[in-house]
Amino acid sequence: MTMNILFYILAAVMIVATLLAITEKHPVHAIVYLVTSFFAMAGIFYLLCAPLVAMFEVIIYAGAVMVLFMFVIMMLDLGHPEEAQRPAFITWLVPLILTSLVLSSVVSAAVFRTFPGGSNVEITARAFATVLFGRYGVAIEIISMQLLFAVVGALYLGRKGGGK
Amino acid sequence: MTPDLILIAVTAAKIAIVLFAILTLAAYLVFAERRVLGWIQDRKGPNRVGPFGLLQPLADLIKLLTKEDFRPPAGDKWLFYLAPAMAAIPAIMTFAIIPFGAPVTLFGTEIAMQVIDLNVGLLLFMALSSIAVYGVALGGWASNSKYALLGSIRGLAQLISYELSMGLSLVPIIMLARSLKLSEIVNAQSGCWFIVYQPLAFLIFLISILAECKRIPFDLPEAEGELVAGFHTEYSGMRFGLFFVGEYINIIVLGGLATTFFLGGWHGPVLPPVVWFTMKTLSFAFFFIWLRGTAPRLRYDQLMQLGWKVLTPLALVNILVTAWWLVLKG
Repeated sequence: MTMNILFYILAAVMIVATLLAITEKHPVHAIVYLVTSFFAMAGIFYLLCAPLVAMFEVIIYAGAVMVLFMFVIMMLDLGHPEEAQRPAFITWLVPLILTSLVLSSVVSAAVFRTFPGGSNVEITARAFATVLFGRYGVAIEIISMQLLFAVVGALYLGRKGGGK
Repeated sequence: MTPDLILIAVTAAKIAIVLFAILTLAAYLVFAERRVLGWIQDRKGPNRVGPFGLLQPLADLIKLLTKEDFRPPAGDKWLFYLAPAMAAIPAIMTFAIIPFGAPVTLFGTEIAMQVIDLNVGLLLFMALSSIAVYGVALGGWASNSKYALLGSIRGLAQLISYELSMGLSLVPIIMLARSLKLSEIVNAQSGCWFIVYQPLAFLIFLISILAECKRIPFDLPEAEGELVAGFHTEYSGMRFGLFFVGEYINIIVLGGLATTFFLGGWHGPVLPPVVWFTMKTLSFAFFFIWLRGTAPRLRYDQLMQLGWKVLTPLALVNILVTAWWLVLKG
């Protein structure tokens, strides 16, 4: 019962904050709304007995990705909402198609499928790690190599002299 | 009363005690810093209010509360008001996971001397310390002042960089304790403190928490000589007080965490566990004050080089060596 009430509060906070993050013209305000939304999402993960994922949500998304966004906005002085303009139709056509695809698949999944109820057993760090580095070990290695390539590529592009 | 209600009541009582204790300690740490700095610099320090100046924190509080709450008109109103709270609250919340004493049995139920013993306690600390960055960043940005902005940009870069080495220096602790739970980390040290196995990790962690507290020699976000007061230049009255007290709460909390991770937490002979924990934590606070009285400030490129080119690689090597040692030991 308490869990349900908490879930609906968190879900409402998350949806409202995300909508505000999209409609807000001011980039720094949008970041604050998005961080709020990530916190609510972490709370929902915690309710789903996945505390590890909840913590990663806060550490990685709220604590690292958004902070870097903020850093770029502050460094490059991008926080001027009056310059925000409605983009041309052709630029938001692709996001529109993608969004409608995602939304329709979510709605159809919610309507036509039944999901197994969440378990009440907490997923420990040990169990999580065993599955991640045991069964999916090769996939993790490949992904980490890919990230390494991305880092090297970014370094190459960002080097003085334009990568020549 | 049902067991649930008892649990809620006990937790609420623990929260109240912890909150009262760390706010009082933080206020007296400000006083202690001024007295100890005075002692180091061969002068008296504040000694007029009450016996030995002991009522000085109260006088400071009254002064801060009655001051005008000024806001720069061109700044961002809501973020300016929000930032001090975002700096102080994560620091206070982190104390919830620190075990400050041995479990006590009261009326037949065992009560842990810690507000909440999360299975992912260590990660919660990392999460909250990464959130504390927002107070510095938003405060400086919302002030609409170049000094504040420069201070907060410096603060942001510094906090992100040193968070990395701080997190990496804790990985060997998790490997040794085989748990992310803080109570289990403390219990794993009942025989031998982790500082004995991990002196390098302790050193990296100590330097990183100095940088996380924005203390000398890492106080570039608020360097008085160049940036007036850095990210909180435009703050006055109790909002400035919140930033200020947040910094001292941070010192206590990070000292408490260093005690928990490396110095065996509340373990110790003869004296009661809570006394041992308080003594170890306050010795970190004293070390921080001492360092402020003796060390000069780093240059910004030195700060970044130390973080990225020295501490982070050392922490990684330390993880590797610890892993090998644990595997070979079997």
